[in-house]
Amino acid sequence: MKKYINSGNKDTRSGFGEGLYELGKTNPRVVALCADLTDSLKMGKFIQEHPQRFFQTGIAEANMMGVAAGLASGGAIPFAGTFAVFATGRVYDQVRQSIAYSNKNVKIAASHAGLTLGEDGATHQMLEDIGLMKMLPNMTVVVPCDFNQTKAATIAAAQWEGPVYLRFGRPKVPNFTPEDQVFEIGKAQILTDGSDVTIFAIGHLVWKALEAAETLAREGISAEVINLHTIKPLDTEAILKSVAKTRAVVTAEEHMMNGGMGDSIAQLLSRFNPTPMEIIAVNDTFGESGKPEELLVKYGLDAPHIVESVKKVIARKAL
Amino acid sequence: MSDIKQLKDIAAQVRRDIVRMVFGPTSGHPGGPLGCADFLTALYFDILRIDPKNFSMEGKGEDLFFLSNGHLSAGWYSILARRGYFPIKELATFRLINSRLQGHPATADNLPGIRFASGSLGQGLSVACGAALAKKLQGDNHLIYTLHGDGELQEGQIWEAALFAVARKLDNIIATVDYNNVQIDGTLDEVVTLGDLHAKWQAFGWHVMKMEGNDMEDVLRVMKQAKLETGKGKPVVILMHTEMGKGVDFMMGSSRWHGRAPNAEEFALAMAQLPETIGDY
Repeated sequence: MKKYINSGNKDTRSGFGEGLYELGKTNPRVVALCADLTDSLKMGKFIQEHPQRFFQTGIAEANMMGVAAGLASGGAIPFAGTFAVFATGRVYDQVRQSIAYSNKNVKIAASHAGLTLGEDGATHQMLEDIGLMKMLPNMTVVVPCDFNQTKAATIAAAQWEGPVYLRFGRPKVPNFTPEDQVFEIGKAQILTDGSDVTIFAIGHLVWKALEAAETLAREGISAEVINLHTIKPLDTEAILKSVAKTRAVVTAEEHMMNGGMGDSIAQLLSRFNPTPMEIIAVNDTFGESGKPEELLVKYGLDAPHIVESVKKVIARKAL
Repeated sequence: MSDIKQLKDIAAQVRRDIVRMVFGPTSGHPGGPLGCADFLTALYFDILRIDPKNFSMEGKGEDLFFLSNGHLSAGWYSILARRGYFPIKELATFRLINSRLQGHPATADNLPGIRFASGSLGQGLSVACGAALAKKLQGDNHLIYTLHGDGELQEGQIWEAALFAVARKLDNIIATVDYNNVQIDGTLDEVVTLGDLHAKWQAFGWHVMKMEGNDMEDVLRVMKQAKLETGKGKPVVILMHTEMGKGVDFMMGSSRWHGRAPNAEEFALAMAQLPETIGDY
């Protein structure tokens, strides 16, 4: 099984900050907006280099989304950054009408997504954002898995024509994808080849899936781990190809089960290749305060739960 | 064009278009656009520096207009068609299946003249702020115009944008409020009063002007004055007094005609009051 090395824990939000800084140097159309969270979103370097291309909107996210849409309409490529909870639920109608339906080239940069926001608790732990965003026509939904990939995905989002929802998080997590990667929106990333089960994971849980695959390998179970970083448009070809081979699926995401990535795959497979499947996600409950790792264990989003689910689904396959 | 007679003829035809368009599908909002017909006519046929035959989404080197109260669509479509953005005969498709003239303005079918969907209220001023920033970034000194309903000002987002426009010194925006004092559930005061609207905008830091929106001469005079107030560090807002349903006596001043189409009898009465001036679609 292919091994991945953690080059040192880093936060994905800093990957966004680095990507934005890079874009500042290379693409004059890129501008940025933020609703009073510039440090949390690591936008400092971009702002310092390009103060005239940064727009502070204050704590007014609805206005920020409209202003971003107006800038896009004038030919700019705006990145509007705030926490995932404020970037989606709070401003759903603005995103729906002024960005998605009007099809404006706005990039929504959503940080502090999921349970791993940690101690701030359920008010800030956004677990419904992927569902809200993937339901919108014209919207592309991207969830990179580590620092390097978030940087690359930020750069790719600027090149992609149309609205993009880019989701990342707060904690420092393993950084294991190549520094010089080219990120291709819509193209699933096969991390390990396997034959017994396919594990589709996104965001912080991709590393957990790799840990689970190592444990499984030691027990003689061959897992194909796929980083499904683009939830929409879904790479249906890659998904169906892998599932045709393994005939068993586990999905893992830091999101609500209803409306999440697993839900997208279940829809696809139910139509084209019904397959035994386990969905690892938060099941119809709000989160709570705690350390990120403690929360992942308590809500069943850690490597041991992935291992357990793989065994469950393989047993169902045999029936 | 500054020939008052011509402008009045266009506004009269637009009013006739509005009632015919709403009668066709027996669906739509006649009251608001009838009240704003004079303003929209003056704007598109005299004030805006635009190029209808070469419409572009970005609108570089042009003035831009955003209709924030999208339910005035019938009036806006009539103006756009008569100004040459798309064929006048297409007005007959308003609100019908497979039409580009959606119930509320939309960009999905590439109808020339429209840069944003609107209908869900309160979003147009934010969009205008973004467009105004884009103009400034590009060194383009053309202006951004908007139209809002007075009831729409009950949306919080409007005031977020009002703060932002002043903080960023967006002195290339001229916002207009259709101050007809009527919304769906009654008068503004019956629903949620706006209080001293002039003082509110002033306190937010805007340059505030007043206009008689159903007096073509006053509209032209104030709009030209508003242009002179741009570029002075403050955004400009015009409180435009209009009469909802203007031009059809039984539709005037009543919230009943906000979003209701006339029946055959009412339609005949309305047509008798709305002369055909430059030709029906």
